[in-house]
Amino acid sequence: MPKTLKSELYPLFSHSISAGFPSPASDYIDQRLDLNQYLGMHSEATFFLRVQGDSMQGAGIFDGDLLIVDRSVQAKSGNVVVAVVDGEFTVKRLQRRAGVTWLKAENPAYPPIELRDGQELEVWGVVSHVVHKP
Amino acid sequence: MLLPTEKAIALIDGNNFYVSCERVFNPSLEKKSLVILSNNDGCIVSRSQEAKNLGIGMGVPLFKVKHLMTKHQLQWLSSNYTLYGDMSARMMATLAEFSPEQEIYSIDECFLNLSDVISVQEQIPYGKKMRARIQQYLGLPTCVGIGPSKTLAKLANHIAKKNQQFEGVFAWASLTPTEQTYWLQQIAVGEVWGVGRKIGAHLEKMGIQTVYDLQQADSETIRRRFSVVMARTVNELKGISCIAMADIADSERKQQIISSKSFGKPVRELYHLEEATASYVSRAAEKLRLQKSVCHYVTVFIHTNPFKPQEPQYRNQITIPLSIASADSRRLIKAALFGLHQIYRVDFAYKKVGVILSDFRDAEHHQNDLFTQIDETKSHQVMQTMDLLNQRFGANTVAIAGTGSNAGNNQHWRMRANHKSKRFTTCWQEIPIARAS
Repeated sequence: MPKTLKSELYPLFSHSISAGFPSPASDYIDQRLDLNQYLGMHSEATFFLRVQGDSMQGAGIFDGDLLIVDRSVQAKSGNVVVAVVDGEFTVKRLQRRAGVTWLKAENPAYPPIELRDGQELEVWGVVSHVVHKP
Repeated sequence: MLLPTEKAIALIDGNNFYVSCERVFNPSLEKKSLVILSNNDGCIVSRSQEAKNLGIGMGVPLFKVKHLMTKHQLQWLSSNYTLYGDMSARMMATLAEFSPEQEIYSIDECFLNLSDVISVQEQIPYGKKMRARIQQYLGLPTCVGIGPSKTLAKLANHIAKKNQQFEGVFAWASLTPTEQTYWLQQIAVGEVWGVGRKIGAHLEKMGIQTVYDLQQADSETIRRRFSVVMARTVNELKGISCIAMADIADSERKQQIISSKSFGKPVRELYHLEEATASYVSRAAEKLRLQKSVCHYVTVFIHTNPFKPQEPQYRNQITIPLSIASADSRRLIKAALFGLHQIYRVDFAYKKVGVILSDFRDAEHHQNDLFTQIDETKSHQVMQTMDLLNQRFGANTVAIAGTGSNAGNNQHWRMRANHKSKRFTTCWQEIPIARAS
């Protein structure tokens, strides 16, 4: 995990109450919502990649966005995935139908990549979330 | 003779670990001849299978294989310890879920005690599951060896690695006694954990050539001729577990020293972790000095209890490079505490803290930082080292950078700096690019 990650986890109350007055809320202490946990940041199988290009705009993935990739899940048809094409990482939507697999762009300007028999497709990981700066 | 099956210890390690880490983030290196160099002396420390097939040996200086670069498109990279360290931490954490007892033995290998975790019949499927998990989560190929002792687990791992028919998993318990004997007879005694080249040669003179011969030897005779350690190895080969988990083998000079411990009670406060870190560093530094080494890297890791998934989980590690390799406890503690402060987060109940000292140099011969003032005695040592290396590997293997005395060597240094891959997992500016074009 990158050391720059700050856990967004804070307790609602500090543990010592010095004056001896029990807090009326002490039975209700709960953890504040943790974005890292929500995004699966502490998982050993989570990796980050940076998007370059506009072929996935239709899926809400823009140039410069941050991809959170979870390698612990099996890729299914319809998932947005990071795949290896010609030795490079590419982000596309995985489509499987009737034994045919192709990588679909979400931008009409880019044709889908169809895999022929014998052609191997390596899905590197499934994109679980996208971090986009508006 | 049938090896006992009450105990089951697994040794899992990464295949060509550094090369494999590089390939995860640069798939174009797949199926290529690739070597990784140690960061200072330009020797090969990791080789892809394709590079091994070219006959490239371990520890060979790069210039010795230069002629293969154009002919066989041999590629090379400087070692990227930041990347390897993070991938190692991920691998170890993933494997920790397979057993309550784990001993991290080096950057790419760990022992897991599976004795009370699985039955004898489950050993092979369990090994395959661990292997598949690491492959899927991290993209790293591994091999698994399972045996009744650590020494046999190591040996099993060796067999798994060298014989493709086992598909990366070898367990002694899955074999018949005849098959066990066969494999013990296939392996030279020098391959046994803790038997070095020197002792191996001695043993061979006594007619002990294969692992089987050593296993059949009388441990009392071995103790008298060699040492208690060697007698223990014989017993380990018989399947009598003598080397406990986390018991550090002493016969070889280690390339990494790990000192860590789980807390009896979870720890939350920073000062507790600081105290523990400092004491582990001291202990590790002592071992470092005992083997007359100095280290270049200090790694600190902390984690919560993975066996309490209902509690907030956190784990992290950081590696602090030292400008000058050192075995000075004060320097190492300072680095370790600096690291701890970077990764410590409040509001977690920590189960474990540990330190790893790595990238060792010989204390007497280590080379100083080029930008640091070198005193007379140190300078003398550096010169001595240079002379030794040049004698051994040929003139100008090592020269002082910046002296301008040898253009070739200077270029070499510069090239080296360019050949380090990015910190794909630990630096936002260096994460991999996914093309959307």
